[in-house]
Amino acid sequence: MLGEIFKGLRTTLRYLFRQPVTVEYPEIKRPVRERFRGRHELKRFGNGMERCIGCSLCAAACPSDAILVVPAENNLQQPNSPGERYAARYEINMLRCIFCGYCEDACPTNAIVLEHQYELAFYDRKSSIYTKEMLLVPAEQGHGDIPPVLQQLDRRPSPPAQIDL
Amino acid sequence: MTSAPVATRDLSIPSPGDITRPALAGEKETMVLNMGPHHPSTHGVLRLVVELDGETVVNVAPDVGFLHTGIEKSMESKTYQKSLVMTDRTDYLAPLSNNLCYVLAVEKLLNCEIPPRATAARVLLVELQRISSHLVWLGTHALDLAAMSVFLYGFREREQILDIFELVSGARMMTSYFRVGGLAYDLPAEFPATVQAFLDIIDGRIDEYEDLLTHNPLWLERTKGIGILDAEAAVAFGVTGPGLRAAGISWDLRKDMPYCDYDSYDFAVPIAQNGDTYDRYLVRMAEMRQSARICRQALQRLHDLGPGPYVTTDRKIAPPPKSEITHSMESLIHHFKLWTEGFKPPRGDAFVAIESPRGELATYIVSDGSPKPYRVHMRTPSFVNLQALPYMARGYLVADLVALTASMDPVLGEVDR
Ligand code: SF4
Ligand code: SF4
Repeated sequence: MLGEIFKGLRTTLRYLFRQPVTVEYPEIKRPVRERFRGRHELKRFGNGMERCIGCSLCAAACPSDAILVVPAENNLQQPNSPGERYAARYEINMLRCIFCGYCEDACPTNAIVLEHQYELAFYDRKSSIYTKEMLLVPAEQGHGDIPPVLQQLDRRPSPPAQIDL
Repeated sequence: MTSAPVATRDLSIPSPGDITRPALAGEKETMVLNMGPHHPSTHGVLRLVVELDGETVVNVAPDVGFLHTGIEKSMESKTYQKSLVMTDRTDYLAPLSNNLCYVLAVEKLLNCEIPPRATAARVLLVELQRISSHLVWLGTHALDLAAMSVFLYGFREREQILDIFELVSGARMMTSYFRVGGLAYDLPAEFPATVQAFLDIIDGRIDEYEDLLTHNPLWLERTKGIGILDAEAAVAFGVTGPGLRAAGISWDLRKDMPYCDYDSYDFAVPIAQNGDTYDRYLVRMAEMRQSARICRQALQRLHDLGPGPYVTTDRKIAPPPKSEITHSMESLIHHFKLWTEGFKPPRGDAFVAIESPRGELATYIVSDGSPKPYRVHMRTPSFVNLQALPYMARGYLVADLVALTASMDPVLGEVDR
């Protein structure tokens, strides 16, 4: 009977001489995995143009209605994004967001991406709304080329697609 | 801490009102104690109204509903795809099992084919989920009975499993990784090595927990003969999962109603005879080893299958890969259609039951042909298992109530959903 207790104590005793597996957050931060779904970022193309074309598909795909997109027509002399429209307002309510990643999956231009920042805390509800200015990455952090389909601005409107959905 | 075994065969399930009513003339005065809803050993917001005679439990009424989230109802106003994220949040200790049950039901409605790679990955991940869920049970159960180390060790291994989930899905707990038609994304390249690293250590670690508990006289004293749920009563209450198997009934849906090709895996269903808290402990410990065994086979199967599709190629169900939508108009239309309106299963209903870590988890979906489910119902094991609690607890001590509640492993998110 006592033997069994000593068997248990031997196990715990062995751990006394091992390295701890815990880390001392916040001094040391555990790295996250590549696919980690944290705070969103609005990305840009390599030439600095905004990737978001204001299609609102992310808002439609969001299960918790956390996204607000107000699109506007691009000024053709100084376009914000390739294509016809851009997001004049883009807001994510971080209190509603459940970090499911559906917006990222739905976005046709890979504009909205869930990045690795996970320390999201605020004092009031107002500051839980992340605006476009907060989400948009700096102009020099763009990547990738504009896909051809977004470059033909002066094309004639195409006829409705004859696809049975 | 020994207590008198229950002589009663009282199958009634009291409501809180039955216990809190004033004693009638001639009735023995008892004390009513509220355990919970905020009590660490009720494992969530469960309120137990306990009637006590001294230290002995005369009656218990589980009072549920404190965590009611209306998930089933909300699903009626969301598309099938969007409803999926809510299934993660019912049984939050086994989100992938819930994902699986839900997507299997929708796939049955749609009658869609799943690529073998996706099925093998699903099996592997839900078995890892079973281990992680049992580790939380083990840790908290031991913690309730004042064995702190097991809790810390168990959470260390669970962390490794959650890391695997983060690797594949991007989230540690609310994974939403299984999608209708297959998986959300393909398994990453480092997946096999990471899982293998975990499978290499887990058996040794389970041995360690067993060293600490299985023959420990203090543990035996607190669990043996406590909270007996015999086979007859377990069946009468509809108890499933380890609670039923500890009572000697071999009923595991993975064997008895196989889904996801479970019949092609080699594993055993551990059972025990006495139906007490100790037997439920033994059954879950053995189940973890069996799950690891299934994981190894599934990993081998994934290796043998090699790369391949991870989601159905039916564009009416799963969105096309992103690379396609920049040059194919048809793909782009499918993409937009699926993310805005969603797919429309034919009219009808589907019922799918799987073996979740806690027992028989089932989803029943009625479709009226629209992109949103007409009705979703989840048969959650924790809710049903909780009904047996008064039966199990009568006649034992308050301290035993803590032990046997923990050994039923209720998850309150699932009870109330
Ligand atoms: S992560 Fe999910 S909940 Fe959050 S904004 Fe995107 S779609 Fe909405
Ligand atoms: S972020 Fe993507 S999905 Fe959302 S409006 Fe912009 S382009 Fe459309």
